[in-house]
Amino acid sequence: MRKGIGQWMGSLLETIMVPILSIALGLLVGTLFILVAGADPVEAYSALFRAVAGSPRAIGETLVATTPLIFTGLAVALAFRCGLFNIGVEGQYMVALLASALAGYYLHLPRGIHALVTLAAGALAGAIWAAIVGILKAYRGVHEVINSIMLNYIALYFTHYLLMYYFREPSNRAAATPYILETARLTSGLIPGSRLHTGIFIALAAAFFVWFFLWKTPAGYEIRAVGHSPGAAEYAGINVKKNIILAMVLSGALSGLAGAVQTQGVMFKFYEQMGFIGYGFDGIAVALLGRNHPMGVIFGALLFGALTQGSGSMQAVAGVPKTVVWIVQGTVVFFVAAENIFKYLRRRRVKAEVKTA
Amino acid sequence: MLKLSGITKRFGSLVANDHIDLEVREGEIHALLGENGAGKTTLMNIVYGLYAPDEGTIEWKGRPVRISGPSEAIKLGIGMVHQHFMLVPVFTVAENIILGKEGGFLLDRRKAVEEVRRLSEQYGLHVDPEARVESITVGQQQRVEILKALYRGAELLILDEPTAVLTPQEVEELGRIMKNLVSQGKTIIIITHKLKEVLQLADRVTVIRRGKKIATLDTQGRTEEELAALMVGRSVSLRVPKGPARPGKVVLEVQSLCAKNARGLPAVQDVSFTVRAGEIVGICGVDGNGQTELVECLTGLRRATSGHIFLNGREITRMNPRQIREAGVGHIPEDRQRRGLVLDFTMAENVVLGSQRQYASWGVMNMRRMTDLARKIIEAFDVRPPEPAYRARSLSGGNQQKVIVGREMTRDTSLLVAVQPTRGLDVGAIEFIHKQLVQARDAGKAVLLVSLELDEIMALSDRILVMYKGRIVAEVPAHEATEEGLGLWMAGGGASA
Repeated sequence: MRKGIGQWMGSLLETIMVPILSIALGLLVGTLFILVAGADPVEAYSALFRAVAGSPRAIGETLVATTPLIFTGLAVALAFRCGLFNIGVEGQYMVALLASALAGYYLHLPRGIHALVTLAAGALAGAIWAAIVGILKAYRGVHEVINSIMLNYIALYFTHYLLMYYFREPSNRAAATPYILETARLTSGLIPGSRLHTGIFIALAAAFFVWFFLWKTPAGYEIRAVGHSPGAAEYAGINVKKNIILAMVLSGALSGLAGAVQTQGVMFKFYEQMGFIGYGFDGIAVALLGRNHPMGVIFGALLFGALTQGSGSMQAVAGVPKTVVWIVQGTVVFFVAAENIFKYLRRRRVKAEVKTA
Repeated sequence: MLKLSGITKRFGSLVANDHIDLEVREGEIHALLGENGAGKTTLMNIVYGLYAPDEGTIEWKGRPVRISGPSEAIKLGIGMVHQHFMLVPVFTVAENIILGKEGGFLLDRRKAVEEVRRLSEQYGLHVDPEARVESITVGQQQRVEILKALYRGAELLILDEPTAVLTPQEVEELGRIMKNLVSQGKTIIIITHKLKEVLQLADRVTVIRRGKKIATLDTQGRTEEELAALMVGRSVSLRVPKGPARPGKVVLEVQSLCAKNARGLPAVQDVSFTVRAGEIVGICGVDGNGQTELVECLTGLRRATSGHIFLNGREITRMNPRQIREAGVGHIPEDRQRRGLVLDFTMAENVVLGSQRQYASWGVMNMRRMTDLARKIIEAFDVRPPEPAYRARSLSGGNQQKVIVGREMTRDTSLLVAVQPTRGLDVGAIEFIHKQLVQARDAGKAVLLVSLELDEIMALSDRILVMYKGRIVAEVPAHEATEEGLGLWMAGGGASA
């Protein structure tokens, strides 16, 4: 048994090695740019750190930024386990923002139940939006990347249209829906001074659910079988089409939860969106960083949430442009994606060792 | 002519070639015999310049050479015909042959055709230089590959598993061509794991086992058993002992089945046959004569366009793969990596593939029962390493196949459809799987065996069906079947024989 644990530790180490190395490299590259910007890296990074974890309030805000990324990261990861690249998380998130804002305002239900129904409304909106992609993929063979990208734009302008023509609160100067009712809101103020709300627990529960679903249930088994090998799945009598749609629906529901939680915990209404917000796209990076594993997604979301949260303060305190943080993010993602570079280097090293031996 | 000394090639921790010495004499046919993964192809790829050896030297015509790439090899006069042909289907034979050596700005097509025709006649290859590659047979395509090498001035030809895709008659034809080439001063190395071919085709043979050279022998006076023992390292029985079949009731009945292939062309045409409990029915034929589509219809992976399939009297024609599995059909698929296993699943996950729903209790996969089943199969089918948590990807081909065979045989089925069950496996694993198939038969299962290996069909079947162009063109009781007779039917010439 000892050997089993040792092996497990070994494979775990191998799994997290690349992301950790990538983060280190990302910060290193960031340092270079901070120097180029003429600032002091130590000062910049300490400002970043203080804004991320320097106080209870900071920690709370970091978690606020992390929460939607956990959902969107899970959404991308789950679809990916079925061999689908759901690049449409952004659009699914957006329709859910609106759907939850409407459910939170128009429905009148007791506290608690109203919040749950509002969450469900967001999840349902996201699921429907994603189902379109799944159905087209399963029955018409249309590639999900193309479709989901196009649906992102449709979501952006469709929600805009609905807001402007039907749901805008006339008395308000900014284009937005009315505030959702108190009964539909998530409990916030978990850490005094921050906006931290119970959405973080919903996100962690979702991560647990995704893990349990994928690795412990027959339905998850089938989704993973389809993702790894559609041929073998078909051979085994697994309905490939059905599973593609199911995976997209679940992925869309997770994206939708991201939107609902954001509405119910942070925004409380749907504002006019000038463009994509980016949680969906960041979800792709988070999933990549987390190796499409729910546990990894949590950490990936934490990293991205922290960097986003701290970047503003770094700009204000140390005079380093926010964009440097984006460079750090980009570099981390680049190196994780370029994992093969590491593999290649390691192979080279092995080779060299053999030769000198 | 070619002398390798101490060739060593490592891939990571794997030693593919371990200090191999090999001497090939001018004008001989030299066979390189070994199981899959023994390192034969690696060694030849080194000679052809595709890999650089980690250690060792190559001497060509008495002087040491460093072969840095295929173009270097070609320049020296070494040509290689790979297992998978590298031809452009829409080009003509001549165009394919001059590809990469067009010379000059304008294509002198006529000269090329003439040159190819001359070579083809000189060596008795009989290929029409102006035929399109897609319209000629696989055997002819192989000759085009040989011509290609000759056109580039090859004196030494390396043929990698040249008979894998050929009918028995085509193998004989290839033998004639090789003798012809040798008589005109060429030298040939053939890579193979088939014992019969070594004796049939080669003058000398070098046996390689696990990356090491075991022996070089004259083939004169050797037996298959002798070579098999050298190749595997222990004595093996080449023919599974089996008693007479005791056929029971009809399990599978196929009536006038028709189906189309992926391109929408008729692939299975009016096929009817039965398989009874307790017998093995073999379907032989050259690859691409409708066997794949027939099996796909039987297992629900393809819809028949007309006709009926009955299992134990119940119609299963329009059922999906899940329903057919549940009705009691086991299927050892042709392509174990694409169909038979989810390579990134563990063994415990793979052994329930197809019955995963039965291994869930209260909606949760029962890991303990899965692992128990995996253990059972591992033990009964001697899977190595015996680790249920191992991913299928990291198993060798033979062990992957054992997992599939184990899974499909352990299930409660009345019909077992085994397609190419031993493709690419070594002699030891073949022996084992053949025994298992005979055991399944003796346990009262109906077994339908589909294989391109005539030896396998003849060794296992109680009745043999020959498929040609989508039709069953012959049915022969196994004891009356001869290789020549079946070969003729397989080539479509049965009607006149």
